[in-house]
Amino acid sequence: MAERAAVEELVRLQGERVRVLKQQKASAEQIEEEVAKLLKLKAQLGPDEGKQKFVLKTPKGTRDYSPRQMAVREKVFDVIISCFKRHGAEVIDTPVFELKETLTGKYGEDSKLIYDLKDQGGELLSLRYDLTVPFARYLAMNKLTNIKRYHIAKVYRRDNPAMTRGRYREFYQCDFDIAGQFDPMIPDAECLKIMCEILSSLQIGDFLVKVNDRRILDGMFAICGVPDSKFRTICSSVDKLDKVSWEEVKNEMVGEKGLAPEVADRIGDYVQQHGGVSLVEELLQDPELSQNKQALEGLGDLKLLFEYLTLFGIADKISFDLSLARGLDYYTGVIYEAVLLQTPVRAGEEPLGVGSVAAGGRYDGLVGMFDPKGRKVPCVGLSIGVERIFSIVEQRLEALEEKVRTTETQVLVASAQKKLLEERLKLVSELWDAGIKAELLYKKNPKLLNQLQYCEEAGIPLVAIIGEQELKDGVIKLRSVASREEVDVRREDLVEEIKRRTSQPLCIC
Amino acid sequence: MSPFGLLPMRAWASLFSQVLRPSGLVCIREVHFHSQVSEAVLTSQLKPHQEKSNFIIKTPKGTRDLSPQQMVVREKILDMVVGCFKRHGAKRLDTPAFELKEMLTEKYGEDSGLIYDLKDQGGELLSLRYDLTVPFARYLAMYKVKKMKRYQVGKVWRRESPTIVQGRYREFCQCDFDIAGQFDPMIPDAECLKIMCEILSGLQLGDFLIKVNDRRILDGMLAVCGVPESKFHAICTSIDKLDKISWNDVRHEMVAKKGLAPEVADRIGDYVQCHGGVSLVEEMFQDSRLSQNKQALEGLGDLKLLFEYLTLFGIAEKISFDLSLARGLDYYTGVIYEAVLLQTPAQAEESFNVGSVAAGGRYDGLVGMFDPRGHKVPCVGLSIGVERIFAILEQRMKTSGQKIRTTETQVFVATPQKNFLHERLKLISELWDAGIKAELLYKNNPKLLTQLHYCEQMGIPLVVIIGEQELKEGVIKLRSVASREEVAIKRENLVAEIQKTLSES
Repeated sequence: MAERAAVEELVRLQGERVRVLKQQKASAEQIEEEVAKLLKLKAQLGPDEGKQKFVLKTPKGTRDYSPRQMAVREKVFDVIISCFKRHGAEVIDTPVFELKETLTGKYGEDSKLIYDLKDQGGELLSLRYDLTVPFARYLAMNKLTNIKRYHIAKVYRRDNPAMTRGRYREFYQCDFDIAGQFDPMIPDAECLKIMCEILSSLQIGDFLVKVNDRRILDGMFAICGVPDSKFRTICSSVDKLDKVSWEEVKNEMVGEKGLAPEVADRIGDYVQQHGGVSLVEELLQDPELSQNKQALEGLGDLKLLFEYLTLFGIADKISFDLSLARGLDYYTGVIYEAVLLQTPVRAGEEPLGVGSVAAGGRYDGLVGMFDPKGRKVPCVGLSIGVERIFSIVEQRLEALEEKVRTTETQVLVASAQKKLLEERLKLVSELWDAGIKAELLYKKNPKLLNQLQYCEEAGIPLVAIIGEQELKDGVIKLRSVASREEVDVRREDLVEEIKRRTSQPLCIC
Repeated sequence: MSPFGLLPMRAWASLFSQVLRPSGLVCIREVHFHSQVSEAVLTSQLKPHQEKSNFIIKTPKGTRDLSPQQMVVREKILDMVVGCFKRHGAKRLDTPAFELKEMLTEKYGEDSGLIYDLKDQGGELLSLRYDLTVPFARYLAMYKVKKMKRYQVGKVWRRESPTIVQGRYREFCQCDFDIAGQFDPMIPDAECLKIMCEILSGLQLGDFLIKVNDRRILDGMLAVCGVPESKFHAICTSIDKLDKISWNDVRHEMVAKKGLAPEVADRIGDYVQCHGGVSLVEEMFQDSRLSQNKQALEGLGDLKLLFEYLTLFGIAEKISFDLSLARGLDYYTGVIYEAVLLQTPAQAEESFNVGSVAAGGRYDGLVGMFDPRGHKVPCVGLSIGVERIFAILEQRMKTSGQKIRTTETQVFVATPQKNFLHERLKLISELWDAGIKAELLYKNNPKLLTQLHYCEQMGIPLVVIIGEQELKEGVIKLRSVASREEVAIKRENLVAEIQKTLSES
């Protein structure tokens, strides 16, 4: 009894604490933590302690998509999918979880961010971390040697979510990949062409695609004198150059990662460079770099790539950037990343990247890791970072004050008087059977005003109004919600008339 | 028998390799980052006769990949279903793949053991969603939404026992449509049935029937027959089997296994073997026993109204009031329905019995289980069983031998000569920029025959051919793959000509 009283007191105190935190507008994480403690305490008191044992929320780092967000999402996917299809890609789907061993050893340090499923007596499973490893598994499993496929689905990472910056634990990826042994750089060039087409069509502003090559990076580190064992960690430092200054990067490499200062300086000479194909030419002439076989291979491929990009008309959007050193371990050749450019603050200032919206590269060794005989299937691909794009498009629509419709309804079937439900049901059924998108209010005797208001709120363009007199005359009043113009249409002509009026495709943007 | 004893040779080899292989080299990538070095290590690890690992490449039990061919079928189905939902003015919603474990607890009755849990990795306890209805109720309560007409298409996960009916997956797609809100009775319910009919007709799956019943009629019937309340659920489960086994078998189960008095079972039998149209509803109204039960009367009244509306919707002949319909999930409170395909004798022979292809009902109490103050939001909805429909259509396509195109490419860019890669790249870029779906082979100097063969394989209708002669003359050859007819087009008119040809076909 006393024990219970003690717990009750703890509950009271903890409840106070939560209230105070909320009042002080403490961080959401902190409040969440304290609330969780409170609930644990309450649970100790037993099942009769209040109906509600939990807080209504989605799991940390995940969110629901409201109808409005879904409408935006659909628009964005339509653009992306139509581009993938334009380039002749097939589509596949894979399960949301894989055998744990499929994902093991593919993501380096990031492996700790994988969601595991509980061991419930069966196979050990993990939620997919990306769509690339499942793709490689699919290729190996089906012994495919070439395919051009896209895949749009959610992936899961137990990251520290930063939802305001569009970083979630559950998020969409849109991947396009070309697998197969082909003549060099043609598929790679097509990937870049696709990235450019998509980013242009989405109209999210100016963008730049940075390009580099794993072999050039590795070669460069080698000739600068970076010890093999420090390659990766120096890569991550170099990768930060898009966010922090060279000075800071150098400090990190020398101060934190134990790199000799001269080595750091040599690296600095290279990684601060970016440019077009002329930079490629320059580096092919570089006395040190040209001694390195790997780097030469990489540079040769980039040169060829730029030729093709020029023929594709997109070379001006591509920048060979020696500081690009992307995360995932499995890239083996060209790597690329697209960033949106903010308009410069002052004229003459270079535009700053505001985070990448798409990325990819060549990964020739991944499928071989699955194949029992180690048979390789070279792959190159790209991934569109749609979550960021969703928020940009959403913001743009809000700024333009564009109304985003969440339904596609074309006609509301309304009644002007009471006791016309039967007629409404018959009419709406006729419209549905003719393929017309129609609704009615779920009220026996709705007021006309309410029905019209419903149309305005939902953006429904037309109303078909049934009235007693019109019934006798064999007509329906067809009214345009926007203009409020009404016209009597013969019952038998109604479908035709509605189709005629709605034949202009509805513009949701 | 291997010289090493009972284990097969392979197993010994892999055992040895486990022992001899230094730990940490299972994953090459964790040791070396320098790709050339890792290449060398990788190669040295892989000797032709040695297996890489004990690991079998497969998808998890009860799940599968969908190939491009299968995706075409799936997309057809989803387009039809979503098209219908949109036609009825539904908004789309999406919720996460997993929910807080506590959200799903106690919502699924006996089925709770089939929920996939996520491992406790120090954060919240999570479970994969089991259906789309509970997340919907959670959404309504969370955002305090009182009225909503929504559809949701997504995967759900259930740890079904593998010994159950073949083709029962652990990961599968559901398409749900629900109307939440306090409205005048039976109008939304009727619309749900109308939607089910539209979808099933539109998918051309053959004849179908929608069985309809009501939770209150069931409960009332059980009460007037003398079933003790504690046995309601168990008896319902038996009755539900009437679509698969005979009444005698069901009766036997109820009496012998569930301890029901035989007279009570007989009384139930009088009811549950009945099915019919609205006339059966009328009949039940007059039934001496049933009409004494308030619940049953409520249910019958609503069904009568429902049938009126279904008649106005022109679908009454597809609906059967069936007293043996006693669907699984606990949260239904009113009307319940289930659509079944009516098999032709030929199909029955193939024993391709897929069971129900769509189902749903009214569930007025679910949102209240989430709302902190228990506020209720009445809901009615339906779920389309995509996987079963998929199996039928896939089978149908296989037997018809119909070739399914897996891409939408309209034009292929080809050349008969060598050293024409640059021209092809320029040309195809022009086509893409004009929105035309086009491909080319990733070869510097492909043979014309290979290129044409590719077009035939992929079902690409048109080829544009560029060669030395054409370059000189400033033309492109536009060729129909099917007819093999060729025509020379001026280079500058190419896009327009292609668009014209495509729109005409």
